[in-house]
Amino acid sequence: MTRMLTAAEIEAVAFHDPHEHEHPAGASTMLGFWIYLMSDCLIFAVLFAMYGVLGTSYAGGPTPKTLFDLNLVAVNTTMLLLSSITYGFAMLEARRGRVPTTQLWLAVTGLFGLAFVGIELFEFHHMIAEGAGPQRSAFLSAFFTLVGTHGLHVSAGLIWLVTLMAQVGKHGLMPANYRRLNCLSLFWHFLDVIWIGVFTFVYLLSTLR
Amino acid sequence: MTLRRTNRRLRNHALLPAFIAISGCSSAVLDPAGDVARQQRDLLVHSTLLMLLIIVPVMALTVLFAWRYREANKKARYEPEWHHSTHLELVIWAAPLLIIICLGALTWLGTHLLDPYRPVDRLAPGKPVPHEMRPLEVEVIALDWKWLFIYPQYHVATVNELAVPVNRPISMRITASSVMNSLYIPHLAGQVYAMAGMETRLHGVLNAPGVSEGFSANYSGAGFSGMRFTFRGMSDAEFAQWVRNTDDGELTRERYLALAKPSENEPVRHFKQVDPTLYTAVLNRCVEPGTTCMDHMMAHDMTEHGTK
Amino acid sequence: MSAWFGKLSLDALPLHEPILVGTFIVVALLGVALLAAITRYKLWGYLWREWFTSIDHKKIGIMYMVLGLVMLLRGFADAVMMRLQQAMAFNGSEGYLPAHHYDQIFTAHGVIMIFFVAMPLVTGLMNYVVPLQIGARDVSFPFLNNFSFWMTVSGALLLMTSLFVGEFARTGWLAYPPLSELQFSPDVGVDYYIWSLQIAGVGTLLSGVNLLVTIIKMRAPGMTLMKMPVFTWTALCTNVLIVASFPILTAVLALLSLDRYVGTNFFTNDLGGNPMMYVNLIWIWGHPEVYILMLPAFGIFSEVASTFSGKRLFGYSSMVYATVVITILSYIVWLHHFFTMGSGASVNSFFGITTMIISIPTGAKIFNWLFTMYRGRIRFELPMMWTVAFMLTFVIGGMTGVLLAVPPADFVLHNSLFLVAHFHNVIIGGVLFGLFAGISYWFPKAFGFRLDPFWGKVSFWFWVVGFWVAFAPLYVLGLMGVTRRLRYFDDPSLQIWFVIAAFGAALIACGIGAFLVQVYVSARQRKALADTTGDPWEGRTLEWSTTSPPPEYNFAFTPIIHDSDAWWDMKQRGYRRPTSGFKSILMPRNTGTGFILAALSAVLGFALVWHIWWLATASFAALIVVAIRHTFNYDREFRISAEHIRSIEAAR
Repeated sequence: MTRMLTAAEIEAVAFHDPHEHEHPAGASTMLGFWIYLMSDCLIFAVLFAMYGVLGTSYAGGPTPKTLFDLNLVAVNTTMLLLSSITYGFAMLEARRGRVPTTQLWLAVTGLFGLAFVGIELFEFHHMIAEGAGPQRSAFLSAFFTLVGTHGLHVSAGLIWLVTLMAQVGKHGLMPANYRRLNCLSLFWHFLDVIWIGVFTFVYLLSTLR
Repeated sequence: MTLRRTNRRLRNHALLPAFIAISGCSSAVLDPAGDVARQQRDLLVHSTLLMLLIIVPVMALTVLFAWRYREANKKARYEPEWHHSTHLELVIWAAPLLIIICLGALTWLGTHLLDPYRPVDRLAPGKPVPHEMRPLEVEVIALDWKWLFIYPQYHVATVNELAVPVNRPISMRITASSVMNSLYIPHLAGQVYAMAGMETRLHGVLNAPGVSEGFSANYSGAGFSGMRFTFRGMSDAEFAQWVRNTDDGELTRERYLALAKPSENEPVRHFKQVDPTLYTAVLNRCVEPGTTCMDHMMAHDMTEHGTK
Repeated sequence: MSAWFGKLSLDALPLHEPILVGTFIVVALLGVALLAAITRYKLWGYLWREWFTSIDHKKIGIMYMVLGLVMLLRGFADAVMMRLQQAMAFNGSEGYLPAHHYDQIFTAHGVIMIFFVAMPLVTGLMNYVVPLQIGARDVSFPFLNNFSFWMTVSGALLLMTSLFVGEFARTGWLAYPPLSELQFSPDVGVDYYIWSLQIAGVGTLLSGVNLLVTIIKMRAPGMTLMKMPVFTWTALCTNVLIVASFPILTAVLALLSLDRYVGTNFFTNDLGGNPMMYVNLIWIWGHPEVYILMLPAFGIFSEVASTFSGKRLFGYSSMVYATVVITILSYIVWLHHFFTMGSGASVNSFFGITTMIISIPTGAKIFNWLFTMYRGRIRFELPMMWTVAFMLTFVIGGMTGVLLAVPPADFVLHNSLFLVAHFHNVIIGGVLFGLFAGISYWFPKAFGFRLDPFWGKVSFWFWVVGFWVAFAPLYVLGLMGVTRRLRYFDDPSLQIWFVIAAFGAALIACGIGAFLVQVYVSARQRKALADTTGDPWEGRTLEWSTTSPPPEYNFAFTPIIHDSDAWWDMKQRGYRRPTSGFKSILMPRNTGTGFILAALSAVLGFALVWHIWWLATASFAALIVVAIRHTFNYDREFRISAEHIRSIEAAR
């Protein structure tokens, strides 16, 4: 491949676009946030792996069958799934540019999320009171850490949600806010997916095994 | 084997350090007295030679090209746009590939043949293990910071000294009391980790008598540097004598617990009696009175799971 | 008292250790002198406005480099102390360092060199060069970039604090449990380890996301993936590795901290814990980490070899594929770090062979550099000297690495000084030589003047010779069965090798000294060494099309790319820089938030190390509040006027 070019060819090639468009602000945000979520997913992968390895190391202590109340977990799961749906409604409204209904659905989402965290705390409290705290066995360490990390994520999501509601209240559905709502949406649904893994892998499989 | 011959061998052996000092490249790793360690050494040498087949030409070409195509040498051809050659690319990828295929085959074979879990099937090249010969069993416990060796067949135990008869397979079970160590006896065989609550295995055979060292090859805390023990290879008769000469009383569980407390540069001790369940108890972390053994706990966990 | 100060008391100050007191006095005096000088010359405002709060990728890149070089001095001081101890501790002497101190030194040496020297230097170079190479004006998330940098600084700061307040871990650089568990390491050392790595880890992960997105999204028009410069390619793969491996480190360290703080049983000996899970997980991070450092160095060598041979890179696409293959393979080799765990022959041979397979693309790369030199016209400037030294040194390190990948050979060499020699051979001979090549290559771009070649050559020869004198004896010792991390020795015949190794360390010290002199001398003679063209080496990639140093907007017009050696192509076709028609450019605005957040994180880390719960709570709350407040600021950009750009471009 030699580079002997005619004068005409040299003329034809442009090395810059004099009418270039500006790189719009936040154009990469969704991709960046998506990649961040994937890295977060790896943290959960490690916790799932730990649970997979240590999940039957009861050390003579309580086992999933005696500990887990599947009815409670079912209620809890419902809360989180519903919150995902209502977040979806919020996004639909946001796309139409309606601030009040968006805010309303966000608030409903927040309440469902709060209920989820509340039920989880109740479950944890109950287990610890029974002497089945994270120190009791490797199984319980792995259980509390996996479920607790998910719970912390949901709590962080709630703080974020409130912040966003304040920002939407203040500035409306400007592009930056819409983008942020989209990010939180990804985050929220991501936590939903993780929870389905937790529900199946930790609660269902451990009690059915 | 007469004692005199043993002595001569020992003297030969004693020359080894001098040899090391002179040649600077011989050692227990490179000139071991055990069949397994020797095979590992051979693999090391063969792999190195195999790789030198490609390393040496690459280094030579680097120097050659760097010199030949220096800016000052205007006679050398200069082709600023030359950047692709399918033939060369093929060679570039194929040459290392071929080496790695050979090395991979060597590795696969060597790893399986020299697996520390695999009982040795020969005493030396061409000398299979006789049918009637039972391996010497040793239970090894890494303590903070000393080594405990239990001989279950002879009911004796030692601290910081391991004696083995030559030309008899040795089968070791290895665990640890607290942190992780690595049992390494260069003359016998490569190392294996010693981990609390877990058991690893190591097999080997020693072919020449002599005194050398074994040690922990994995950092384990403050006393790590002194965590070394004497490794003695001796004839069967000497070994029998050595077993009889143990005189430090019985290694009971209480004495074990006292011994297990962290200490450095512990002197050699020989126990003429040892609690036969001690090793299993250490492995299952239940030497201390009132603790549940891990194997029981696991069995319990399994039934819990099955019944409820 | 303990309610206010947690575990912290006056006993935490190592007043009984004269070495540490002496070090502290020297560091304190230097620190005071530095602060006084900054105050005297009224530089605080300048530093704050132009550097600390800057979100310009170029300035952040330079600050990363400064951090890495400063930490190199600390890490190297540790190395010298180890070499001295091991050269002395014979014939019944226990040397001059007690176990308590020596064990901290080798732990700190490893942690510092990997996390706070190699990582900042690599990240710094990528930060500086990648946006310029792809024709972008900054990274995708400029604020995050600043925040990432300061988090790395906070981690380093916390680690340095452990030198004078309390102590550092005595566990080896990966803090294997159960030794690192509360039962066997009840002091704060491991906590310092955990929190400094966690804080710095946040920075590393975010900067990985940032650069990855930058490379995917911000390439100039025409720059398809297969037209990216090789350094950018390696940066892309490195950042993929960062994003896909650092979360594992974060998670595994979090689990260890739960064991230590909450009393869980992940890696304990009892109640079902499994320490080997830690060993597995940390190496699932640890092995990709090796390539996180190595790949950018490969990229640097590719740029340098092609530039100074005055020739296109041989086998561009095979270079790219080799990089990608290494990226993928680096995830399925982790077990070779502990063949001696007793995994069984099939598992061991699988991981041994996958490890060897990595040497195929690596070997292909070596050949590609070789044939880039072939029929070239090689100018032996400093970067090229480093490259040739690398090629000759690295192949040996690669060979001993493959040797260690043969499990039975590893059984006799694992944890020995042979292993230590091997990984220094690839990290110094590979990564560090690469970084020095990169530093001398891009220094004129960053500062507008070249580095003085004489002192550079002095540094080069001391480094290369010093490296071999320091580490060849370790290869020999390893083959004699000497284990790493030993504090004293019985066998007097070994001493001579340790003395030679210590002499090698002294040579390397001269190399480091010569490098510092080189920077100083070059700065003094910057007029004579000035680069007015922006292209001092007859470069081939886009960064050489701007001025040295580049304007804050990098490119007045976003370039359009037609060739993988974009700038070479432009020069060949008689490109002329536009002198009119400039438009205003939107640029991100500086902010101090990153600095504040990182400072709060450092306080949080310190509070957690010492169990000062009120401070931990307060700093964590402050962290959240500041972060949320930052999101209420929507006005983050400003416009550079066309007038201004015209005046800058006219002055070129």
